[in-house]
Amino acid sequence: MKILVCISRTPDTTSKISFVDQNTKFNSDGVQWIINPYDEWYALVRAIELKEKDPSTIIHLINVGSIDNEAIIRKALALGGDEAIRINTNNDDAYFISHQIATIAKDGYDLILTGKETIDHNGSSIGGMIAEILDSNFISLATKLDIENNQAIVTRESEGGEEKIAAPLPLVISCQKGMAEARIPNMRGIMAARTKPLKVSEASNTECLTTINAFDLPPAKAGVKLIPADTPELLVKLLREEAKAI
Amino acid sequence: MSVIIITEQSENKIKKQSLESISYGVAIAKQLNLDAFALVMGATDENLSYLGNYGVKKIIHQKNIGAANSDNKVATKLISEICTQHQAQIIIFSNSLFGKAVAPRLSVKLKAGLVSGAIKLPETGNSFSVKRSVFSGKAFADVKISSPIKIITLNANAFETMKSSDANAEIVESNIEVPAGTINIIETKKNEGTVSLTDAETVVSGGRGLKGPENWGMIEELAKALGAATACSRPVADSNWRPHHEHVGQTGVAISPNLYIAVGISGAIQHLAGVNRSKTIVVINNDPEAPFFKAADYGIVGDAFQVMPKIIEAVKNLG
Repeated sequence: MKILVCISRTPDTTSKISFVDQNTKFNSDGVQWIINPYDEWYALVRAIELKEKDPSTIIHLINVGSIDNEAIIRKALALGGDEAIRINTNNDDAYFISHQIATIAKDGYDLILTGKETIDHNGSSIGGMIAEILDSNFISLATKLDIENNQAIVTRESEGGEEKIAAPLPLVISCQKGMAEARIPNMRGIMAARTKPLKVSEASNTECLTTINAFDLPPAKAGVKLIPADTPELLVKLLREEAKAI
Repeated sequence: MSVIIITEQSENKIKKQSLESISYGVAIAKQLNLDAFALVMGATDENLSYLGNYGVKKIIHQKNIGAANSDNKVATKLISEICTQHQAQIIIFSNSLFGKAVAPRLSVKLKAGLVSGAIKLPETGNSFSVKRSVFSGKAFADVKISSPIKIITLNANAFETMKSSDANAEIVESNIEVPAGTINIIETKKNEGTVSLTDAETVVSGGRGLKGPENWGMIEELAKALGAATACSRPVADSNWRPHHEHVGQTGVAISPNLYIAVGISGAIQHLAGVNRSKTIVVINNDPEAPFFKAADYGIVGDAFQVMPKIIEAVKNLG
């Protein structure tokens, strides 16, 4: 079994979001960078759990980004994974990134795992795009994954519930809560990660179909309207007459 | 050239979220002087011509859809053929489970730039750009699509449904051959609770301030009175007071209802990331310093156990 886990670098969940250069660039001043939580807690940790069940499993990590991303790639290697590949390019276009990942993913992987989305772009696009490029099945928003008799048994979110499905390999899966429990790297893992291979390759020539013109922040809330605790029925009146929400 | 809106059905009826997508697609078609077509997949209980009221000129009805609802590879092949046949220039999906699974595939198949989670109509002057929500609702990005064919998935509750005429739409039966899929469904399970969280217009949510799962009666009662879905904060799901699928926040479900009522939730930044796209936010908490009040439209500083019964009564009396 060969698994490729796609990991992305994102600002920490508590980061203050602001922009520079006429609102065209994220202001990374003082920002802590982390592995995108969905990629780490669910995709990567589930891959590690599958390897613990079947030690012959090989886990490769892939990241599309600049040399700045190597700290989080090493952290991912400290959690588990045998080697990492970084594609040396910075780009925000999902179509471009998916094609970069697909050039590696086409080489005999049984499972390609992504998080359900990144917490910065929230695109939820990479998994489906890779699957289409590879002409594979794509299971989105998976909450459980096991391998039985060379096929994947996956539970995924469905309209108002969930469904358990069986799908042949190779397969692309986007992972969300339920898949695995978050872990922290141990000292042995951190030491081992230093010597695990981290290969760098240059980007292949692919078009970009989208570009970000600018960012902006939501307007500040007007401020909360407080209703005295002894007249909560006033809240209901305001929700109906003022907010027209009920 | 056309704008094609990919609709979804629930129990053989067009979903409300799809009516929002239709209204959005029709508005874009007007902006660009194109025709708006709606694709309806599978059997339906409705007389689809009423979609003409929303400004749709033609309904493409593909009755035979095989496994397209459960297999996004099959759905992509089918939709791409229909879009090519009808010369789609812009394709609109809801940013739903189906849209999230199929739109990225279609983007590759048609080499069409994709903007997911749009919140506004595009700017269509010299170039084509769409505003979408990023950084888990903490910011917006204006994204330019440079390919000839463009795909947009629209966030729920981001665009009002609009009836613009009393015209009937023409229904065109489509009989494209559907390829077989390779995904087998073994088991399906419906969540308890009558209203699905991501589709809900109103959500009532409880946090640790409620002290234990035995106190959820009042959350459920208010939700029932409002026709709302119930939700909870992460610590509540992690303590198994409530099922995990009810957890809203950065790592749980992100929602954008019209009204979000948070009871006994302090409003950690990770929780806000999942709910900050709600139109109106109500916070009920006994701690006046709870950070959630800063993000709220209405607040009550008070004991939920005292306040909630009176709110429930007032809602029931609304009629």
